[in-house]
Amino acid sequence: MARNDLQGTLDLLVLKTLSQMGELHVYGIVLHIQRASEELLSVEEGSLYPALHRMEMSGWICSAWKVTETNRKAKVYRLTPAGQKELQSVEKSFEQLVKGIRAILRYA
Amino acid sequence: MSAFRRIVNTFSRSKLHQEIDAEIQAHLEMRIADNIAAGMSPKEARRNAMIRFGNRTVMRERMTAMDAATAFDALGRDLSYAARQLRRSPAFTAAALITLILGIGANVVVFGVVNSMVLRPLDVPQPAALYNVVHKTPGNDNLSYPDYVDFKNKNSTFSDMAAYRINNGGLSTRDAAYQCWYYRVSGNYFDMLGVQPAQGRFFHSSDEHGPNSAPYIVLSHNFWRWHFDSDPRIIGTNVDINKRPFTVIGVTPAAFHGTELFVWPDFWMPYVDNPDDNGTDFLSRRGSQNLWVLGKLNPGVTPLQATDNLNAIARELARQNPVDEDLNARLVKPGLMADMFGGPARSFLTGVMVLAFLVLLAACANLASLFASRTADRSRELAIRLALGSSRWNAFRQLLAEAMLISVLGGALGTLFSTVLLNTLTRWQPFPQFPIHVTVTPDPKVYFVALLLSIGSGILWGLIPARQVWATDSAQVMKTGAAGTLVFRRFTLRDLLLGVQIALCTLLVTCSFVALRGMQHSLHAPLGFQPQGVLLAETDLHMGGHFGASVTQIRRRMVEEVGRIPGVTSVGIIDETPLGTGGSSSLVYREGTTDFRPSNSAFGAKFFGISPGYLQAAGTGLLNGRDFTWHDDAKAPKVAIVNELFGRSMFGTADAVGRRFVWGEKPYEIVGVVENGKYDSLTETPWAAMFFPLEQNPNSDTSLMVRSHLPPAEIVPEVRRTLAQTDPGLPFVFHTWPDALAFVLFPARIATATLGVMGLLAAMLAVTGVFGMAMYSVSKRMKEFGIRVAVGAQPMQLIHSALRRPVVLLLSGSVVGLLLGVMAGQLLAQIVYQATPRDPLVLGGVLITMALLGLVATWIPAQRALGVHPASLLREE
Repeated sequence: MARNDLQGTLDLLVLKTLSQMGELHVYGIVLHIQRASEELLSVEEGSLYPALHRMEMSGWICSAWKVTETNRKAKVYRLTPAGQKELQSVEKSFEQLVKGIRAILRYA
Repeated sequence: MSAFRRIVNTFSRSKLHQEIDAEIQAHLEMRIADNIAAGMSPKEARRNAMIRFGNRTVMRERMTAMDAATAFDALGRDLSYAARQLRRSPAFTAAALITLILGIGANVVVFGVVNSMVLRPLDVPQPAALYNVVHKTPGNDNLSYPDYVDFKNKNSTFSDMAAYRINNGGLSTRDAAYQCWYYRVSGNYFDMLGVQPAQGRFFHSSDEHGPNSAPYIVLSHNFWRWHFDSDPRIIGTNVDINKRPFTVIGVTPAAFHGTELFVWPDFWMPYVDNPDDNGTDFLSRRGSQNLWVLGKLNPGVTPLQATDNLNAIARELARQNPVDEDLNARLVKPGLMADMFGGPARSFLTGVMVLAFLVLLAACANLASLFASRTADRSRELAIRLALGSSRWNAFRQLLAEAMLISVLGGALGTLFSTVLLNTLTRWQPFPQFPIHVTVTPDPKVYFVALLLSIGSGILWGLIPARQVWATDSAQVMKTGAAGTLVFRRFTLRDLLLGVQIALCTLLVTCSFVALRGMQHSLHAPLGFQPQGVLLAETDLHMGGHFGASVTQIRRRMVEEVGRIPGVTSVGIIDETPLGTGGSSSLVYREGTTDFRPSNSAFGAKFFGISPGYLQAAGTGLLNGRDFTWHDDAKAPKVAIVNELFGRSMFGTADAVGRRFVWGEKPYEIVGVVENGKYDSLTETPWAAMFFPLEQNPNSDTSLMVRSHLPPAEIVPEVRRTLAQTDPGLPFVFHTWPDALAFVLFPARIATATLGVMGLLAAMLAVTGVFGMAMYSVSKRMKEFGIRVAVGAQPMQLIHSALRRPVVLLLSGSVVGLLLGVMAGQLLAQIVYQATPRDPLVLGGVLITMALLGLVATWIPAQRALGVHPASLLREE
């Protein structure tokens, strides 16, 4: 249960995004999360940086400098196999969290 | 250093910052572009992008804090800050450094010695498989040649077994003569060890064909280098050993010094040669146990299996040979003369290692309380740092950095001093007449242990203030000042530390006193002779080529001619100096015994050959009967002089004159009884001893004892000149008897010195510990004392409350330490003669020492508590 906190949720969003989209820069990740959640979820954009940095140090994602379609230099992130595994386990624990909360809500 | 620098440069803070900035910049630009595309004005687009992003600096800080590269950076900052802090309080730094240098230095020295004596194996291939085969009874470590051969041939657990013994003799070439120590070894010795010659060849089992069949010697590398100038042409030439010809066939490699760690031989010869023996069949005497046996275990065989195997063979041998009825086997690690020196040395070193470790623990306890007080004094600084947003972990890391910095610095300095000491010890040759090389040069293992000890102690005493950091409530500290947060609990961890430290100190002080007292006893113990004023001139007559009748003649001439020197009061000869190189023991039988198996014997007794006049020269008191005369020669009836204990043990009376006993299957008549004495060591259980006329007990070892009132400087040249006239070719070693006794007293002296130093270190630590605590508690309570004086407290009341705790700790710690010391004394008694802690002088000495230490340590704090000025104190703050 310890991992079912907000940080875990942010990790889940980032990992899921990268697994669906392949390579993305941080701004792209932000846009994707907003778009995919139909503007329901908005994250403070800067707060993604420490999270990404931590995930990179954990070996879940890796990064490289690339030139975007708009001809801008940007750092892009990609999921590693370890990140793939991590995503599965985070997803699983998130589902448990949701189940748990739903159960409590029903009870109330 | 350069690798470390490169890492720091590559991932340096600024580069990391640049990269993060570039990434964030790109992010913001993309957001701004999208915003403009969505119709915002550039200014608005920019503002919106900034708001959406959040605090850029905080993000960057959070990222860099995570990075491993910046951990180096942080460490660097911690260390440089720690160094600044330590420079600002030189008194604390100096105290801590000295404590650590002493604590770690003592441990490194002791470990260096342990490492080279116990842990370091012999420098041969597969040293772990080598074991000395000794008897089960400690102190009886030698086997006879026939027993060795049977063990070697009948066992199924050893791949091979070699035997060796240490002899001394004279080696002469055409140009020079040297007195040497050498090993006589079985032919397979080098083959079993797997050592290869540096020059020439070694001898092998195939060279042995009965007594004196292989007149070859192998020189040690050192001897070859010093005396033959590393000349390879020496191989194949002849040298004389005790005037008998031997061929030099090889030289050992430089790193090989034989199979004893400290007795390095000058050369090796096959055991089947015996330059001391004149044609007797020394290879078949099952009763003469004089060999060390070294075996190499088969792969996969445990020492226990091998011991069982050898004991089964021993039982079989005992059935066949009555003389072997007590034969059994035990395996010990080789290198320290089997168990003779190894046993006591190992237990003593273990003991000293424990003591040294206790000193270090006491030092850490001392530093911990010192550091804790210092941290408490800095609680305001800590509080400010916490209030400004520093994490508790950061503050703690800072304190730990200080502790580690001092520990590593102290450890490095301590190791430096110990290395110097160990190297001095290695160069030191305590007994020039013995080939003793104490190699205790530190190796990487020692440095590793030193580093481990430094880091370990740093963590140990650096962790203590951690609690203080976590307990600091910044708001509270800032409001009331440092003193306000200090809660005097009934019993704190620091009190426990101090108590433990004092107990350890008392233990060490007790040990020192016990050893010192024992030493004093040994110096004044009745020895059975009076060494003062006696000069010894030792030689082996075989070195001068004297055998048989010539031995008797030369001895008599020596005694008579030296006796004529003016100033000499008496002269005599004994074959083995008591309390010197040893002296043999042998079983004696009651009159009428015909079956000479060991179980029929009366007891074992020391035996010596002496000349007429020896008893007077040595100062041994003749209690009954007469001394020998020159008429008690080989043709006369066999006679003996025995000591009092001999008479009591065999006949139940000290007056044994006229009685008979059997030794070596021949009857002897007792003509005199002398006082008991010490023969092997000061700590020995009293021996029965018997003395025979030299001619009835042929032997070439000769120790001429010259008693004179003249100082040695005057008498030595005279004696030397006279002896040179008697036989110019005979090498003599001269020393005064008290000097010669230094060898016997050596272990006790070393033990006393070691324990003395440990005791002194511990005493210093205890004083600083008690002083620190008393001083600290007084300084923290000055305000309280001021108020109490203002409302009329008496000086005694102040002292009582200021010093009650240190004094209680001192008392209880001392009592515990004294009890431990009394228990440890039993162990000490094995090394130091007559060492007993149940000596009123020892107990009194320890109590007085502790009381003095307490007085010294609390005097200044008490003065400070008494000197409190209420008015000035109350004005403060």
